[in-house]
Amino acid sequence: MKFVAVTSCPTGIAHTYMAAENLEQAGKAAGHDVQVETQGSAGTVPLSDDVIAAADGVIYAADLEVKGKGRFAGKPFIDVGVKKAVHDGPGVIAAAVAAVENAPKAGTPEAAAMAAAAPGPTTKVTNDAGVGTKIRQWLMTGVSYMIPFVAAGGILIALGFLFGGDEVVTKLYGGTYDGVTYADTANNLPAAFPKGGNFDLIMQQAGFAGVLFVLGKISFFMLVPILSGFIAFAIADRPGLVPGIVGGLLAAVLNTGFLGGLVSGFAAGGVALFLARLKVPKGVRGVMPVVVIPLVSVFVVGLFMIFVVGKPIAAATTWLTDWLTGLSGSTAVVLGIILGLMMGFDLGGPINKVAYTFATAGLTTAIAVESTGQAQPALQIMAAVMAAGMTPPLGMALATAVRRKLFTEAERDNGLACWLLGASFITEGAIPFAAAHPLRVIPSCMVGSAVTGGLVMLFGNELRAPHGGIFVVALVSKPVLYLLAIAIGMVITAFLVIVLMSLDAKKTEEIAAAENAMEGVPA
Amino acid sequence: MTDLITEELVVLDLVASDKVDATRQLAAKLQAAGRVTDLEGFLADVAAREAQMATGMPGGIGLPHARSDYVTVPSLGLARVPAGVDFGAPDGPATLVFLIAAPTGGGSEHLTILAALARRLVRPAFRQTIIDAPDAASVASYVQGEVGGQ
Repeated sequence: MKFVAVTSCPTGIAHTYMAAENLEQAGKAAGHDVQVETQGSAGTVPLSDDVIAAADGVIYAADLEVKGKGRFAGKPFIDVGVKKAVHDGPGVIAAAVAAVENAPKAGTPEAAAMAAAAPGPTTKVTNDAGVGTKIRQWLMTGVSYMIPFVAAGGILIALGFLFGGDEVVTKLYGGTYDGVTYADTANNLPAAFPKGGNFDLIMQQAGFAGVLFVLGKISFFMLVPILSGFIAFAIADRPGLVPGIVGGLLAAVLNTGFLGGLVSGFAAGGVALFLARLKVPKGVRGVMPVVVIPLVSVFVVGLFMIFVVGKPIAAATTWLTDWLTGLSGSTAVVLGIILGLMMGFDLGGPINKVAYTFATAGLTTAIAVESTGQAQPALQIMAAVMAAGMTPPLGMALATAVRRKLFTEAERDNGLACWLLGASFITEGAIPFAAAHPLRVIPSCMVGSAVTGGLVMLFGNELRAPHGGIFVVALVSKPVLYLLAIAIGMVITAFLVIVLMSLDAKKTEEIAAAENAMEGVPA
Repeated sequence: MTDLITEELVVLDLVASDKVDATRQLAAKLQAAGRVTDLEGFLADVAAREAQMATGMPGGIGLPHARSDYVTVPSLGLARVPAGVDFGAPDGPATLVFLIAAPTGGGSEHLTILAALARRLVRPAFRQTIIDAPDAASVASYVQGEVGGQ
């Protein structure tokens, strides 16, 4: 059998290495291959991922917390402490053999349950990777924790639309529908957070569909904090989680979108890592992890997000809105292309929101003067914006379906959800892809959305609802051409993503396969 | 880099009443060689380490050790104790005592040497060679050669 082992001891100069030597020799004597990672004071030379992947079982002979325990998740293990390994190597090896023999066979539900019950949150970070690979691993760690929130939130929101119609939004967040005026159940909180007992009001105004919608919105609100938090966690381990999540919440509240979340995640990870590595006097060391690091890192990252990230983004948003208003007179197709580019850029972030708000603001005035019977540019703009917001998730769904090997198992699952999210005009569905591979996915989404936006303006489709996706297609004029425009943008986005990701296809596939291996799924 | 062990740090026939006494005698050798600045301070650090877990190792080895502010260069004091001295190992008293003194700061280079030493201690041939060595100089040169230092 093949084993991997981790040894460590308080001083890190004697037991760690004696235990390692003992385990290797006892293993050899019993005919087993034992590879040891000594987490001692001479630095840790990490076991390679290949060695870990090939191991049948894991031996923890460690008196300190095992670094990078997540790497061994799902394998049968014994935890004996370093002393036992020093004094009784053969006994430890025998116990490890027994643990492997008694472990559930791979592929059985028990084995899957063991893999799922891996101790604590894990990261996808290997210690010996280069900078580029590390950045990608940090991103992937954040994304892998974010994906379930996208799926849960997006599908709940889609169900809210399905059961409640697109008017569910008006019923929840205020406005007039069918002659009835509704109060805003969210008050002045972020739209995701219904205030306290307002669930009564939600039920009263929007019914069960409203509750589904709000649950979805709350899940969605957590996208950016989770993304940010787990990027920071991947960088700095546990100390990164607090500044990462708080910074991510700020990114969400300040409407900086997932790009703001990436910034806060990296900032929080960097600050936490710096603080955790500071050499401090013994007296302070005890309170570092519970008081000092959280306090200082949240303070620093919080101020950074508010003043360095939030303020300029707010200013840029205002500027962009003014600029867009000034463009109203230009050619319809050009406007459609610009709006498409904006919708595809940050997928629910500030720039996307500017385009969307521009469209809905026009819609309100357009509906007010709609008796004239003339073609309504504002209605076309609304149609273009919605179509351009549907193509990113649809394009990613198509890409994951066509070229499965370029994506991790989690991404493929997210791709499945993206069919529904895209059809429901929930652009955020594409965020996990864009966050993991920003330079490949964002341009692809922008081009696809731009083409769709331009085509809709060209076809002259008109839409009177501000959201709803496929559920309101019946309300769109010339619906067949409208669907065609969406399909074209979807295919273009999928095509570009596949091309860009295939540029270094071998590496991308290797990374996807490696991550699948870590998650215990077949390629 | 200064050798981990020299002739002066080897005691061929140590007589000690207990492990504290054995450790103190070896530490005094380190101090005499200028490798430990404060004998009492260093011994306190060793005792603190010893209190966490007994350092008696299988095969008749006592391995008191510490990383201490009072250590100037990584050093190894080595004593053969024919009568044996109890270091708390389950399989009996120690007949070889290795006192490892490591500075608190510094690069990982010397720690790599100490790691190599710790690995050797597990090997019976390593222990036997020390026991059979004719004099202190050959013990020192053998150990120094084994752990990879010049």
